[in-house]
Amino acid sequence: MSTNHNSSDESGVSRRGFLKGIGVGTATGVLSDSSLHEAKAAEPGVKGPGETAIILRINGENKQLNVEPRVTLLDALRNRLDLTGPKKVCDRGTCGACTVLLDGDPIYACSVLAIEVQGRDITTVEGLGSPDQMNAVQKAFVERDAQQCGFCTPGFVTACSAFVRDNPNASVDDVCNGLGGNLCRCGTYAGMVLAASDAAKEKGGA
Amino acid sequence: MANVAWPKEGDRKIIGSRIPRQDGAVKVTGAAKYSYDVNRPDMLWGKLVTSPKAHAELVAVDTSIASALPGVKAVWVDEELLGEELRYVGQVVACVAAESEEVAIEAAEKVKLQLKVLEHQVVDNDPSLSTGRPSNREEGNLDEGFAGADVVVEGQYGIPVITHCCLEPHGQVTEMKDGELHVWPSTQNVSRYSNQFGDEIEIPQNKIHVDTQYMGGGFGSKFNIDKWGIIGAKLSIETGRPVKIMLDRREELMIAGNRPSGFAKIKVGLQQDGLISAVDAEVWGSGGQGAFRAPPIPYVFTKVPNTRLVGKGIRTHRGSVRAWRAPNHPQGCLLTMSAVDDAAAALGMDSLEFFMRNAALTDRPEVYREELQIAANIIGYRQKAHARGDSGPGPVKRGLGVAIHTWGGRGHPSECDVTINSDGSVEAKIGSQDLGTGTRTCIAMVVAETLGLPYEAITVHLGRNSYPASGASGGSTTIGGISVSARRAATDALNDLLRTVAGRLGTTDEKLEASGGHVHRIDQAGGGVSWKEACSMLGPNSITKRGINNPGESQQEGLISAGVGGVQIADVSVDVETGVVTMNEMVAVQDCGLIINMKLAESQVYGSLIMGITYALYEESIYDKKTGIMLNPDMEFYRLAGIKDVGQLKVHMMTGKGFDERGIIGLGEPPVIAPGAAISNAVANACGVRVPNLPLTPERVIAALQKGGDIA
Ligand code: FES
Ligand code: FES
Repeated sequence: MSTNHNSSDESGVSRRGFLKGIGVGTATGVLSDSSLHEAKAAEPGVKGPGETAIILRINGENKQLNVEPRVTLLDALRNRLDLTGPKKVCDRGTCGACTVLLDGDPIYACSVLAIEVQGRDITTVEGLGSPDQMNAVQKAFVERDAQQCGFCTPGFVTACSAFVRDNPNASVDDVCNGLGGNLCRCGTYAGMVLAASDAAKEKGGA
Repeated sequence: MANVAWPKEGDRKIIGSRIPRQDGAVKVTGAAKYSYDVNRPDMLWGKLVTSPKAHAELVAVDTSIASALPGVKAVWVDEELLGEELRYVGQVVACVAAESEEVAIEAAEKVKLQLKVLEHQVVDNDPSLSTGRPSNREEGNLDEGFAGADVVVEGQYGIPVITHCCLEPHGQVTEMKDGELHVWPSTQNVSRYSNQFGDEIEIPQNKIHVDTQYMGGGFGSKFNIDKWGIIGAKLSIETGRPVKIMLDRREELMIAGNRPSGFAKIKVGLQQDGLISAVDAEVWGSGGQGAFRAPPIPYVFTKVPNTRLVGKGIRTHRGSVRAWRAPNHPQGCLLTMSAVDDAAAALGMDSLEFFMRNAALTDRPEVYREELQIAANIIGYRQKAHARGDSGPGPVKRGLGVAIHTWGGRGHPSECDVTINSDGSVEAKIGSQDLGTGTRTCIAMVVAETLGLPYEAITVHLGRNSYPASGASGGSTTIGGISVSARRAATDALNDLLRTVAGRLGTTDEKLEASGGHVHRIDQAGGGVSWKEACSMLGPNSITKRGINNPGESQQEGLISAGVGGVQIADVSVDVETGVVTMNEMVAVQDCGLIINMKLAESQVYGSLIMGITYALYEESIYDKKTGIMLNPDMEFYRLAGIKDVGQLKVHMMTGKGFDERGIIGLGEPPVIAPGAAISNAVANACGVRVPNLPLTPERVIAALQKGGDIA
């Protein structure tokens, strides 16, 4: 979704765009603020506040998109690329519903900016498997019914996939520690512990 | 000929089995599109503007700066509120629609509300603040009841306002197309959504299309279209563009769900034999801007001969109450079970023994006794039990707590179409919704069982208001409703097919049945013709039959019923130095009549235990008296239990004789009722004092110990 905001050129932001971007404030505070930012904006490489073109490598594919610098990775995925597997729930790094893998490690996509992760490998739940070709964790989640409404499930599946990859043969305690960064409202933890243990066993070949 | 009665145990091929949910694969892969995930071409983002004050007069709304922001396409203002009182923080006043979510948020912040601040009142636990006439219900003779008691114990208990905290917030996407309105709401009420627009918009109901394929939790808070539903439609009509409005987390926790609080002073009289002779309860609490109804006390023990229940509602400047799983029952359960367990402890009677005796005062004594027995065996009650507070040396005290509950759960009115096509494919269409309870899966199972087909052969379409109407999913009414309507439709469709096939097989339809993927003579299982072949005899025509669940009739026929019971026992540890309560183990024993899918039924109960543990230990909407704002409208400080917090959970479903023949009964509410009470009783058993109010936070545990504890 593009806005009709003032677009910035390659080198950074235009002064006009910036002034508009911060709104038509009053009083001197804003002026001194803006001169501060203006000085920054003059530095090379500074982007925004208008849209800027970026390339993200997601599920092995390069995607080009335009985002304002304030756009989080989660919003870029969901709102610009229609990758809606990662969910927006708390939007501040508490619940894990937005979990994606960054160079293989689970992160909260609501808590990083899209422009920060250019050149990195981003994997969303869609990249872990499809309904016809689920990975071991996804299969185990289905088999153990580790889901009800399923809104937290993509986040858990993503966190769990990284966890069992790194911890084959994990114990139940390990699993609980590994999935401690995600929350579920429907209460599907009993199934998740079993699912994660199954998947960890499969990875460990046990 | 097929008969609509449920097959007997032993004849069931699919019903009762542990089939994984049909939509599991799309959910675990992120392919399932929830309402929040619906992105339409050219879509705008709506962002609500809400009251920052608990109580104020709305003098004016200035949208000029917001409207001028590039990317802002429309600003809707509730003109009817001008000059009126705003009554809680978060009350919706206006809404901005913009090209991106970021711009919408920025613009919403720039809508200026001119307010005249008025005095507010957000305290809900002080009975002196109640207004209106108290409700009063009396039975028997209280004086006699207490005079005849050997032990009389009085206590005060409480359970705060909590919120639903659905992970998918409330909201919807709206779109106008060729004069028709399309809505993708996160709702529990697909069939009765479009009528709620009323005359707010000028689009007839036959031009409103509602579609909810996947929704991320409702728990009773998503029956209504809500103000944002109407605003979304208006903005779509005005701009001609699709509009997505989803509440942010702060709004979700403040305005989209509040379970009423319940505080009570309760006096309990017990006879020497442990039987409850009298209960006198004064209860107060708040449904915010909504009404307050006194929770049932004494709960479950409805045959206590002498009782009084006085209820006092407190109006607060906080969001309105919404139904929360088993409305009023968790409150009634916590208040009752705490009080009677304190009385039992005063009498020196073991809790399990006490509940066994008093099962006589319930509607279903035998069932509760059997369930108590099973629960006690599973958790090893007799090996672990000790008198209250007698938990041995050391700072970590372990204890057990028991609680029981009840719920109705009769199936709601529901209609379902089942179609058998001439190529053998089968589909069911129903205007119900799958909240994650497994509605899709259960419909497929019922139809498959009826037609003698594998479960995978059935395609289920639900979540659209163009399908036959089915009730809202609340009160544990869905499984009974949809199972019967699907069963009736499938039975009628099959009988039509059997009539067609009878001629070809040189017999009559009464002598035919469908099983194992074949249509055959009743006495020749395995013979006959294949399902596909039988359906090909339909020629170009398919068969579609509508099944209707009329609850009263279906109950008379034994297809559905109402009234279940459950027993829960919690095993907790309490660190009396830090006040931290840890769940060791919890067992739930539950009956719910005939179970369609054992795996999904168990999931419901596990989920209920976890939700119950969460409200027992963590949940509370905290409001600041001075400013009138909610202090924890986020998920750091409005805490949900994590995977490490719940301990070992064990679920036992009552099945077989005495249960299956009751027909289907709902399960969503009952097991979520008792956890608070069971855990509170376990904490009292562990540390020797009652922590009177949920949630059982470390501060509350320490405070209770300091006040009444004599634990060294
Ligand atoms: S939405 Fe990112 S952690 Fe909750
Ligand atoms: S399955 Fe509903 S939030 Fe986890």
